[in-house]
Order: sequence, then structure tokens, then C-alpha cells
Amino acid sequence: MTTYHLTVNGAPAEVDVPGMRRLLDVLREDLALTGTKEGCGEGECGACTVLLDGAPVDACLVPVCQADRGDIRTVEGLAAPASSPGAPAALDPLQAAFLVTGGAQCGICTPGMLMAGRAYLDAGGGPDHDAIREAIAGNLCRCTGYTKIVEAIALVAGAHP
Amino acid sequence: MTTRTESLHALVVAPGTIAPGRVRPAPPRRREGPAKLTGTALYTDDIVVPGAWYGATLRSADPHATFIALDLDPAFDWSRVCVVTAADIPGENVVSSIKSDQPILVPIGGTIRHHAEPLALLAAPDRSTLREARGRVTARTVALPGVFDPLESDHTFASYTIGAGDDIEAAMARAEIVLEGEYRVGHQEQLYIENNAMIAVPTEGGGVTVTGSLQCPYYLHAALKRGLGLDDAAARVIQAETGGGFGGKEEFPSVIGLHAALLARKAQKPVRMIYDRHEDISATTKRHPAIVRHRTGVTADGRLVAQDIEIIMDGGAYCTLTPVVLSRGALHAGGPYRCPDVRIRARATRTNTPPNGAFRGFGAPQTEFAAEVHLDRLAERLGLSPLDIRRRNLYHPGDITPTGQVLRDSVAAEEVLERAAEASEFVRLRARTADARRRRAGSGSLPGSALRTDRERRASGIGLALAWHGAGFTGSGEIKLASVASIELTADGRVRVLTAATEMGQGTNTIFPQLVGEALGIPDDAIDLAPPDTAEVPDSGPTVASRTAMVVGGLLIKAARRLRGTVEAATGGSFAETAADYARQHGPTRIDQKFEPYPDSTTFDDELYRGDAYPAFGWAACVVQVDVDLDTGEVQVNEVVAADDVGHVIHPVLAEGQVEGGTLQAIGYATIEEIKLRDGRYLNDRLATYIIPTALDAPRISTILVEAPFHAAPHGAKGIGELPMDVGAPAVVAAIADATGVWITDLPASPERILAALTGRPDVAGPRPGESEPALPPAR
Amino acid sequence: MSPVEPPVTSPTDLAAAYAALADPVSAAGRARPIAGGTDLMVALTGELGAPPATVVDLWRLDSLRGITLDGDVLVLGALTTYTDIRRSTTCGEHLPALVQAAMTIGAAQIQNRGTLGGNIANASPAGDTLPVLLAADASFILGSVRGEREVPAEAFWTGYRQTALAPDELVLRIRIPLRSGREMRFRKVGTRRAQSISKVVLGLAWRDHGEMPDTTGPPGAWRDVRLALGSVAATPIRARATEAVLEGRFPTPETADLAATTLADELHPIDDVRSTAEYRRLVAARIVHRLIREAGGW
Repeated sequence: MTTYHLTVNGAPAEVDVPGMRRLLDVLREDLALTGTKEGCGEGECGACTVLLDGAPVDACLVPVCQADRGDIRTVEGLAAPASSPGAPAALDPLQAAFLVTGGAQCGICTPGMLMAGRAYLDAGGGPDHDAIREAIAGNLCRCTGYTKIVEAIALVAGAHP
Repeated sequence: MTTRTESLHALVVAPGTIAPGRVRPAPPRRREGPAKLTGTALYTDDIVVPGAWYGATLRSADPHATFIALDLDPAFDWSRVCVVTAADIPGENVVSSIKSDQPILVPIGGTIRHHAEPLALLAAPDRSTLREARGRVTARTVALPGVFDPLESDHTFASYTIGAGDDIEAAMARAEIVLEGEYRVGHQEQLYIENNAMIAVPTEGGGVTVTGSLQCPYYLHAALKRGLGLDDAAARVIQAETGGGFGGKEEFPSVIGLHAALLARKAQKPVRMIYDRHEDISATTKRHPAIVRHRTGVTADGRLVAQDIEIIMDGGAYCTLTPVVLSRGALHAGGPYRCPDVRIRARATRTNTPPNGAFRGFGAPQTEFAAEVHLDRLAERLGLSPLDIRRRNLYHPGDITPTGQVLRDSVAAEEVLERAAEASEFVRLRARTADARRRRAGSGSLPGSALRTDRERRASGIGLALAWHGAGFTGSGEIKLASVASIELTADGRVRVLTAATEMGQGTNTIFPQLVGEALGIPDDAIDLAPPDTAEVPDSGPTVASRTAMVVGGLLIKAARRLRGTVEAATGGSFAETAADYARQHGPTRIDQKFEPYPDSTTFDDELYRGDAYPAFGWAACVVQVDVDLDTGEVQVNEVVAADDVGHVIHPVLAEGQVEGGTLQAIGYATIEEIKLRDGRYLNDRLATYIIPTALDAPRISTILVEAPFHAAPHGAKGIGELPMDVGAPAVVAAIADATGVWITDLPASPERILAALTGRPDVAGPRPGESEPALPPAR
Repeated sequence: MSPVEPPVTSPTDLAAAYAALADPVSAAGRARPIAGGTDLMVALTGELGAPPATVVDLWRLDSLRGITLDGDVLVLGALTTYTDIRRSTTCGEHLPALVQAAMTIGAAQIQNRGTLGGNIANASPAGDTLPVLLAADASFILGSVRGEREVPAEAFWTGYRQTALAPDELVLRIRIPLRSGREMRFRKVGTRRAQSISKVVLGLAWRDHGEMPDTTGPPGAWRDVRLALGSVAATPIRARATEAVLEGRFPTPETADLAATTLADELHPIDDVRSTAEYRRLVAARIVHRLIREAGGW
């Protein structure tokens, strides 16, 4: 066991765990952030995509020792916290766009898809559909055919040229 | 790089049957959308259950064997874990389904019928103990010879004959041209992104509550009652948020749910059974592989005279839902075309491979693929365009299907075909691709050697396909099922919907409040949904067969109308304004609406396969544009126009989502999704080897929603979920043929098969679906 | 099955990393270095072979990062990620084929973590950068407590997932000589358009006679031809018989036919879960035919 110091969604978090524990398990089990999903455990589906120092990574492929001192963003960190108890969270524009276009169906790929899309937008990505498709090519979705996900990301990218 | 410009909204076409100028309010947002988008929706593996143990399944390594003994290493302290064998099963050792042939666990002395067959269960308080225990258990078996080719099997799960019987030869003799063909399709994995998962919690008095990822709470409920010997109340099933199903969580959850429950009951601990992807692909059901043979007689001007169709499906080791899958496959096997004499003979056999089961389309994608490709080949032989041969034969109102069903209303074959052809500019583009193909053939640059490339590397092609899909259950299924859906006006004046129809991404949670709200004259967000819990909701049937919107939605509308009538008769005011007062005075009011046969329908004869096979059919057309790399056989699907008739569009965004998602699943089926087998074991048993389309593989999909209402349903809606699955694959294969001039008869139309056809080198393609793999080459 | 969590050390300098790898446990051959983790993390379930007993985490060894020019040699640190390669103007200018290869690996998530050194040391026959490195006459600087040594790429992969690395040795840097007039082409035929593992992957390099100041003879003839392929044998390989028939020839139809035929005879791929032996053989030959056709402009 070693103590690792992470920043998760802007807040410091210390975990005392084996260094080879997958960042995915640290998030889901040690930090109870179950928004990040496991779809395959081998970096194929992207359901566990989180941002590590701003870059999308598969949390199933990152041992926590490599995330030490890292800045981690998960789906739980996208929406602004509710202004008062019981009030709805203020959705990130990308989350709102998914709701409008129908980008989420079963929802299991959605957290990872949102993080890949967020990284694309944060890097200044535009509404070009091919570029968006490349940015989310590491995230498998079986429900949507991707069309409405691409539309959602393009909607946000187009709103902030 | 070209820029895609995808429109945000599909074109919703209202044909003459819909009142012109009808105003559609903006559709509501997906009800559980915010929870899914913020990561707060709880899928099974997200649920924290204090003190829960971890469960695992010990599986066979043999495809066919006798189970002699389960050896537990005496050096291991077995008091630390829970071991369940067949001897621990309190009820019947049967996974409840159509037949009683599948054991929950193979008993000692019993027969192992596939390589992933469950032999024993383990649970431990932590994962490392579980891992250690797994390493200390050995199954002793004696191998038996396996049967892997469905054509060589001597055990038939089901067989049907539809239509003309022996008269088919006389009919065929009247044809001017007869064409034969054999088409094969392999397994397809549903590949929901959430793996199968269940958590079982023992309850007082020997009962068990199972929470999990599933489509049909009452299927698992029945399985628990039978396998654990429980009564209705002691067995309780709750659906957690479910990360996709597509049929893969229709009947399989009974297996994993029983396993979790048996462990929980014996350990007297909550038990989590969470499959990883490898186990999920290795052990759970797939789309049935099929061999479909067509012999078709036509007139010289391309009118169908006789169809003789033979279907052989591979059921895998156990029956599961195979008879119904085969039935649907057979009923759709002729395609949406009138033909005076049709004979369809279908059978499904047993092999020593994991059981196959439900998957979106349910038998129809296999047989309609064959029907469409065969029709295209007929058209080519006759010199007709794919559009014209369909125009000449497609069903119109009044036509009669092979079971003798008269298609009275809601027949939109022509409409979907013409809309898709028009929107995709099929005729113009096909003229262009045909010119290009002729130019290549006439350029003198024909390779002459399989090792030599042509001058042009890429070939474009366009193809179309047309399909029908029976809406809801086959034949008398709904009457036998007698589903119930309920609406409650609670004491505090809220309206609550109670059904066992589940949300798995398709939009149940969103459309039910829409339908009920409209019927009651109140906003959809004033309506609550009861949790999908067998302790609370009635059995409104399984969430399958594209029946949720049509059948359960229809029941809810009827229930809502009854509730509205009751309230308004008592209060004299509108439901919206007086329901709360009514509730205060009368207490809670609940309306249970039971399924009633649709008027004017002919009973289906399950023995003779005559009568109305479905209350109505949905219709779908699809036009696909591809580029084929002539050097490698790689296919890029660029554009798809999908026109689907769903009767009545309840929610355009969700409806488009169904079409887009189903279309991409069909394209994956057509191009890259493949399971190779060796000795009955799937070789593509991980997500690194079972390949589905990424966003870069996916085409731009334009959806046209057509509405030809089904008048017997109160809202006119028919199913939508499965329709797009039937048309994608044959359209892709037609487009490949348009590009290259070669017909691929097996799915997937892989680069290997395409290059084999292009170069005349069958060894490039590898084995056909159903053929055994050659012996294992040396490891590398 | 759930992943194991073996003990790990995260050294921050090479000496400590060498020491960790030279630990007696490592001498048993079971301590494994982890770089970006895209291969090793998948092995933790134990379903694809024995999981590592102990792990040495290389991620903090910043001296193994960076892309530089050392005279006429392009030098890449072993921890250079595929994303680093894609973003590198130096790579783009001097070895665009490597950038192309990096672009075909996984997708963003994998490219952000997967490293060139990892691709080399993992020694998969399907490693997508490996044919480029072979065709570019790359060599690898290996390091251990015993010091550093240089091994040419063509001597590095010794068998199926076997390398010239000693159990306690690391790949430190990749050195690629930049040769005037060198053309290189990269092609990958994968299972799909992203997240794709190759069925055939190849790099073809040659120097155009006319661009070479140190030789005489007609311009346009090919010299120093290198044809390297992945996914067609137990290791990434060079197709030496095909290279030999291309050497000194012009990219004519006859040359293309000869090269394709020679290559088809020279390759002995196998059937596996991703493709067939005959597909691989045929497609490799057809791609080479195409590349010669394109170079010849006919």
C-alpha cells in the first residue's frame, strides 16, 4: 500500500492502495465515483474514459501509481454542483447538448463519450463531423449509431467558434 | 477530407393517412437522461450492497463431455467460500424457458453440452479469495465427440413448413427462369456495452431479491420460482438501470440471475455476479447462425412465380427461444413480396456450441438477408434494376402472405421504398456507379493475376434493400401472454404508470408518460413511473419484439382513457382539473388493463402455420453507399438513407435513435462482426477480437420516418426497434456488388470474402459460417 | 476475472530503475516494466498468460521522453507516446511514415498512453510502428546495470514475442538514421478504421538513384530498398527476397509483378482470429504492387 495524491474533479483526494490498482477501480470503489463505467477492461470500448491532466485515457489501463499527483476529471465533475439541495445540477453544455440531440440512449457509454467529447472541445475542436468522429473513435456505442453523439458535440463546438 | 453535414432532424413524412397540418409538440427530453449524463444513474455494478460477496461461475472447458466429478483441493480452506453445485438447487434444475432442456448447473454424471457450460458456482467475501478458490477447483470430465455443424446434427429443436407443400414443383415449372442460391450468416454478439450483471440478496423466509441488468423482470421471476422453489412473493426481481440489451438480456438473465440467487441463498449473503467482457462474450447467447437456400421462379419480366426456401438455424446446445426465433425467421423468409406459391421449410438443430438466443430482429435479419440478396441476383439475371424488381413484386394492401394473412391496412412497402430511393437519388447514383464499373471492366487494365492491382483502387457502389417486420409477438402470442399494464391515480392526486416494460436505452420511460399524458390531457412530467420491480408492477410481458410502444403503450392508453372516463364522469370536470379532488374523495384508483385481441384479426393456427402471423407489419427500406478498396476488399460504408414505417411516431428523436442504432448494428453484421469457432469455442471472445463499428466506421445515416398507422392500436403505433436490423446487411452486400460486380453470399461480407471473390481465390475467404475451422496451427 | 495488483516501484531515475529490474525477483524473469500500460494492464487478469509478479513503473523516467535530431539521426525516447509522435513537427518532417503509423494505433486514449518503446518491447508481430522502424534501419539503445548497448531493429525481435532484451534491460531510445533521398510508404490493413489491429502492416523504403549524390547511374532506379511487414510472421520481418528483386530496378509494371510474386512466395503467414493466411499473403503482395504502381506513376 502506498498513499497516492490525486486531484479528482478539482478536489484533493488521497488513497492508500496498491500502486497497480487500476485508476478505474480507485475511482469506482475507493472514491465511490461510479459514473465511470467498465465495459471491457482492455482499452477497447472507452467506457472508462477520464481526463488525466486534460488528456483522455482509459482508466482501466492506467495504474494509480502513474496517476499520482495527477489532475483527474470524471463525468461527475462536468456539471456544476446544484446551487441548493434538491435543485438540479447545472449541466455542462455538452451534457445539455446530449439531452437535446438524443446522444444518450442506454447511457453506459455516455460518461466516457462525454469525457472524450469534452477533451476534444477543450482542445479547441470545431464542428467538423469527421474530426469529431476521430476524437470519439476510442469510445464504442452500441445504441446510437453515433449520429446523435456527433451532432451533440458539433452543436457545442459550433456554439463556441 | 470531406465535411459531413448531418441535419439535426430527420424528415418525418406524413402520408395521406395522417391528417395534414397536424401539430407535433416538441418531444420531451429523455426522462432518465440527466441521471445518465451526470453519472448518477445506478447500473447494477454501481450499486453498493454492504457485506456483499463476489460470485463466479465455474465453466466447462469441453464442448461435449460427461461431468464425472468436481475436485476441491483439500489444501484450501473451503469454509472461507461458498460452493454451489447442482445438488444445492432447491427447486427444479432447469432454466425456465420454452423447453426444459437447460440445467442451471450440470449435475455430476450429467452431460456437458457446450464449452462455457456452468458446472458450479463460487462466492467469496473478497475478490482475491475468489480468485484463489477458482484456482483450487477442477472439473473431471470424459470427453464425448462434438457436433459443430448444424447440418450434421441429429437433434432438431423445432421445424416448420409454411405454404405450398409438394405443389411447389408444379408452380416452379410455370416459371420462365429459376435461380438457386445458398446464403450463410454467422453468429452476432449483441454487445451491449454493460455486461450481464446481477446482485442477489437473501430475504427472510428463504426468499431472494435479485436486482440486475435485464429486459424482462417476469422471465427471471418465473425462473427463480421454478429453480429455487419459491412462490410469487418470495421471488422478487428489480431491474437496475440497464446498459443496453438488444435481446441479449431477454432470456440470458435467467441463467446469471439463478446463479446469483443460488449463491446468495446458500451463503446467506448478498452476492454480486458481474461478468467481465470475456465471460460475457464467451458464455452468453448470440444471434443464430443460419443457412438459407432459395430456389425462385420468375417470369421473364420479373414477377415472382414460386419461392422454395429452406432454412437451417444453429440453435446451439439448448433450446432457449430457438423455436420462436426460427418461426419469425421462417415467416419473413420470402421477403415483403407477393408470390402465388411459396414453400418455406425451416428447422433448427442442436450443436455443441453455447446456446443462441434473442437478438434484435429475432430470426428475420438472417432470412431477409438471403431473400434480398437472392432477389437482387434475380434482377441482375433478368437485366432489371433492383428498384424495378421490387416495384413489381412488393406487397400492396389486399395481398396475401404465405400464411394466408390478408394485408388489410398499414402496408407501406411501396412508400418506404420510394422515399428511400428518392432521398438517396438511387437511380442517378446507380447509373453513375454502373458506368464506372463498365469503364473499369472495359479499360483493359484488368489485373489477370491475383497479385496485380487494377489502375483504379477504389470502387463506389450503391445498394438497396426492402424488408417487413411483424410487429409484436408472433401468432397468438399476445393472447396467450395476456399482459396487464396499469395506471394509478394516487391518493395525493399523482398519476403513476405501472408496467414491467423496461428502459434499456430505447425510451420506454419517456414515451409512456407521453402517451398517458396525452390520453389524460395532462403534461407528461406530471406522470410518475413505478419502479420496474415485480413486487410493484404487473406482468405486462417481456420488453422484446418491438412490442413495448405498440402493445404496452396501447394498453396504457386504454387504461388512461378508462381512468379519465371514471374521473370525469364523477366530477363533471376535466381530468386535469379534477383528478386531485377525485383522489381526495375516493382514495387511490387503479386501472388494470389486460390485453384484448385486436378486432378483425384472424386467429393464427400454430400447427398449420396459417392465419394472421402478426397483427401488423412494419416496413423498412435502406439505401447504402459504399467504397470498396479493390486492393484489399476493405469496405467503407459512407451514406445510409433509412426509411422506416413505424405506424405512428411517438417521439421523433427516440425513433430516429432506434433507426440509427439498428442500422449501424446491421452494418456491423454486414461487414466486420464475426465469430470464428474451433471445436465449438468462440475464437473472437474478447472486445479486442470481436469487432464492432467505431464512430469512424459508421456512415452518415439519414432517417425518414413514415407513418402508416395500425388502426387497431389506439395510437396507431407499430414496433420500431427491430425494423432497421433487417435491411442494412442486404443493402450493404448489394452496394458491394454494385461496386465490384461480385455477390457475397455469406455474412459478414469481410474483406477476405470480397477479395476471394474478386480474385477467384476461395482459399482467401476462409471457412464459411457453419464450417469447422481447420486444426489448430502452431502457436505464434 | 478481476485483475491482480502486483507490487510496483516507481523509480524516478534510470539507476533506480535498473536496480529494481536487477532485483533477484526480476532475475527470475518475472518483474515486468510498465510504460504506458496499454499492453501490460490487460495482462493483469491472468487470462492472457501469467500476470506479472512484480512491476517496475517507468512512467516517471522523464529522461526517456523527447524527440530530437542528433545530426543525421532522429532520436526518440522510449517513453515517447503516439500522441507525441503525431504532434511532432520533427517526425512529420523527417519520418512522416512513423506519424502515419502512430495515427492508426488505437484511438486518442491509447495514443495518449501507448509508447514507442512499449510497442518495441512488447514485440507483438502486429505492432504497427515496427515495420516502419525496420524499414528505416532503426536501432535501439538498450540499458541496464551493465551499461548501454545498441541493437539494430532487424536483430531485436528474435521469436514470437521474444526480444534481444535481457530480463533486466530496458529500451531507452530509438535512433533512426535519416538518409537523403529516402522515400517511405506505410500501409496498414486493419480490422476497422480505429481501435484496429493489423491484418497486414508494412513499410516500404527506397532511395531514388537520382536523389543520391554519392552514386552514379540512371535516375529513378531504386536503391537501399527495405520492405518490412507485420502480422505475417511470428515477428515483424523484412522481406529480403523481395527487397533483392527491387534493388536497382525502376518502378515499372514488370518490377511490380516481380516484386508481388516474390513477396507472395516469400511470406508464410497463418490463419488466425483476425484474418486468413491467404488473405495476408495476397494483400501484402497487392499493396506492394500498388505502391510500386503509384511510385512509377503508371
